[in-house]
Amino acid sequence: MAAETSFDLVIVGGGPGGYVAAIRASQLKMKVALVERENLGGICLNWGCIPTKALLRAAEMRHSIDEMKEFGITVSGEVSIDLPAVVKRSRKVAARLSAGVQHLLKKNKVTVVDDLATLGAKRGDLREVKLAGGTTLTARNVILATGARARSLPGIEPDGKTILTYREAMVPETMPKSLVIIGSGAIGSEFASFYLDMGVEVTLIEAMDRILPVEDAEISDFVKKAFVKRGMKIVTGARLAGLKPSAGGVTASFEGAIDPVIAERAIMAVGITGNSESLGLDGTKVKVDRGHIVTDGYGATGEPGVFAIGDVPGPPWLAHKASHEGTICVEKIAGLPDVHAIGEGAVPGCTYCRPQVASVGMTEAAAIEAGHKVRVGRFPMLANGKAIAMGDDQGLIKTVFDDATGELLGAHMVGPEVTELIQGYAIARTLEATEAELIQTIFPHPTLSEAMHESVLDAYGRAIHF
Amino acid sequence: MAIDILMPALSPTMETGTLAKWAVAVGDAVRSGDVIAEIETDKATMEVEAVDDGVMASILVDAGSEGVPVGTPIGRLAEDGETVDDVAAAPKTVAVEPSAPPQPTPSATAPAAAAPLPAAPVAALTSDAAPKTDRVFASPLARRIAADRGVDLAALSGSGPYGRILRRDVEAANISASPAAASAIPSTAGSAIQGDSRTEPNSQMRKIIAARLQESKATAPHFYLTVDCEIDTLLESRRQMNDRAPEGVKISVNDLVIRAAAMALIKVPKANASWEGDNTRLFSHADVAMAVAVDGGLVTPVIWAAEQKGLAEIASISRDLATRARDGKLAPEEFSGGSFTISNLGMYGVREFAAVINPPQGAILAVGAGEQRPVVHDGQLAVATVMTVTLSADHRVVDGAVGAEWLQAFKGFIEAPVTMLL
Repeated sequence: MAAETSFDLVIVGGGPGGYVAAIRASQLKMKVALVERENLGGICLNWGCIPTKALLRAAEMRHSIDEMKEFGITVSGEVSIDLPAVVKRSRKVAARLSAGVQHLLKKNKVTVVDDLATLGAKRGDLREVKLAGGTTLTARNVILATGARARSLPGIEPDGKTILTYREAMVPETMPKSLVIIGSGAIGSEFASFYLDMGVEVTLIEAMDRILPVEDAEISDFVKKAFVKRGMKIVTGARLAGLKPSAGGVTASFEGAIDPVIAERAIMAVGITGNSESLGLDGTKVKVDRGHIVTDGYGATGEPGVFAIGDVPGPPWLAHKASHEGTICVEKIAGLPDVHAIGEGAVPGCTYCRPQVASVGMTEAAAIEAGHKVRVGRFPMLANGKAIAMGDDQGLIKTVFDDATGELLGAHMVGPEVTELIQGYAIARTLEATEAELIQTIFPHPTLSEAMHESVLDAYGRAIHF
Repeated sequence: MAIDILMPALSPTMETGTLAKWAVAVGDAVRSGDVIAEIETDKATMEVEAVDDGVMASILVDAGSEGVPVGTPIGRLAEDGETVDDVAAAPKTVAVEPSAPPQPTPSATAPAAAAPLPAAPVAALTSDAAPKTDRVFASPLARRIAADRGVDLAALSGSGPYGRILRRDVEAANISASPAAASAIPSTAGSAIQGDSRTEPNSQMRKIIAARLQESKATAPHFYLTVDCEIDTLLESRRQMNDRAPEGVKISVNDLVIRAAAMALIKVPKANASWEGDNTRLFSHADVAMAVAVDGGLVTPVIWAAEQKGLAEIASISRDLATRARDGKLAPEEFSGGSFTISNLGMYGVREFAAVINPPQGAILAVGAGEQRPVVHDGQLAVATVMTVTLSADHRVVDGAVGAEWLQAFKGFIEAPVTMLL
């Protein structure tokens, strides 16, 4: 327990929003305490982004064995999956990074408090933060970065054995024979892809008319075809009516004339809800709307000196958005110049299913709805030399430009390593590059990134290799 | 005259602060630059330095006081020749707020004395906040949208990193200078006096002047301070200088005004500043712009670092700039920027006027005609040549007391011109 109780800034929650905010605040000479109830690094690092990437990498390795023959490599002997070892590696990766965060906080002289915090009374300029352990901290400013947890649907209680949330889905002791996944956003699609590659019969359920519904329709369609080709069953436009334990597992039933799906286990991936309860917000001017804390673009709540960042103020629920919000919130508190709220469409999104999906900005449909006359470029990975050499030539890069100004309104990618490529378009958008600068940029050969260039060229009728 | 020490703003958003401690006591001698107090906000603690020499006369706000509003007098300094008791006994009401704008006084027009440079009513035509560079930093998208909509990027200040102009800045400017809004006015006015009026398309210069001055009046809270300067000594000094000056050098009253303004800006650096939203830009040099009337408008060429230039040099630069301004031969960097502007209408016999600040500068000096007026010296009526000047200042960066201090310094140099040669 920290002997020191008086701080410039107390941050509640040590996820990618909270710990980044803490380090930035320390760089700005604030005296900072970070209160974390469980693991430094939060869900992202311990139960989300990172451990799932470790699992997906295992699935990819497994998949690559099937492709060895094409590359002229013969693998003899039996291929088997040691599931506990796969999960153990995933946990080891998470543990290593959590320890890394701990080291970074120490290096930046952030006081880390292992406890559960609630907002206390305001005393003059200072705000109290009460710890479950009995100590009271005081600070001029408090940032709530408490994150979010899996949302459920009314009448459906995940039991962690047959009906799982992401948390149990990440540490399976055995592989089920069959699995139904409710929700096809990033979390649902990643688990669908992982379990499919691990040999499980997967049925993916989506209430909207297509999977990955926030992505561009062409990208959704591309992923759907890739999943179906690998043997996944996909049911769209299906609103869940019930999810009940039944003989041999669990039965999912739907509204309307959609056949029920029976599977050994189910994963609920219908979104998340903010951890805004038990924070002591009652009686303050902090507003909460459907589980999420209401903030302005800089994390300010209705209560002076109380801020909220990351998942707890609402979507998009992405670690990099939380980190950026943490940074601008702290810089605003410090009174730095040139601090700007996150702009519309500035947060890239990545989904690490196979094939990978990445996007930034507006979809084609959203751009048209916003009144833009658009120019759309498309380039298939089929025509990219590096992708062909890698033996991974299924993908599409789509760019959407404003016809009048040449603004890159959005970029949508599916295929190998696109999650590593999307930053190129994100930088272009931040710099407000037009098609001219993108066309003038030399993309190295042979790389997957050449397809990004070609997509832009195609929007202006100039694609070379297709 | 006693000098008030005001509660400073440590950041652009600071409204109140805590006076943590005094580093001096009543009766202590203080030199400019000495730390006299410590101010605390929720973000920082900062030392307050004296900007004048003097003796600490009184402490108006005690150490440890919280919530002291920015601009409140917190202490008072006695200058040379004053006793501490005199100052301390003086009423504690202090003009933190500026005086009201001067009323235009109808005056018997005396012949314009020595007001050499044809100047202009108001100033215009400078570039964005980045001083001394004509390179405009703007994103490709901002450039393209600006070109499409006819927005002059040089007239904008950017909100991106290091003042880079982004799409949002162009769009904001485009909304405020919407051609649709402007065209609505002549159409109604025109119908009333049809046949007796005609329209002329506005030149780019006219549009820029309109946009910039409208922006200035709409966003910079102007206040006005007026002072009379006796210039008989100055005129005599000028005559002597010109008698001895080398061939081709002729120093005008306006050159002396430029020199005095430059010296005053260096002496009162707080007046040499401009408002940039989250920051105040403080200039280290007195980059003095002078308003020059040209066909169809006016330009404001700049004499860079005027405080480092002698009178002969100022005279030759100002004459060259004015000539080339009227011929339309100035390079953009010669009339962009500057930290302060002088507008002189003395040659038209204007006695006094108030000018519109040339954004993003913090102040402009309006110079009237030097004319003989009755004055009272030591209870005796006398005749002196008097020049009235009015400082328009942007209250966001220059407070009333700072403006007054600057005018006092300016008047000092003008009335004792030998001091500005130092």
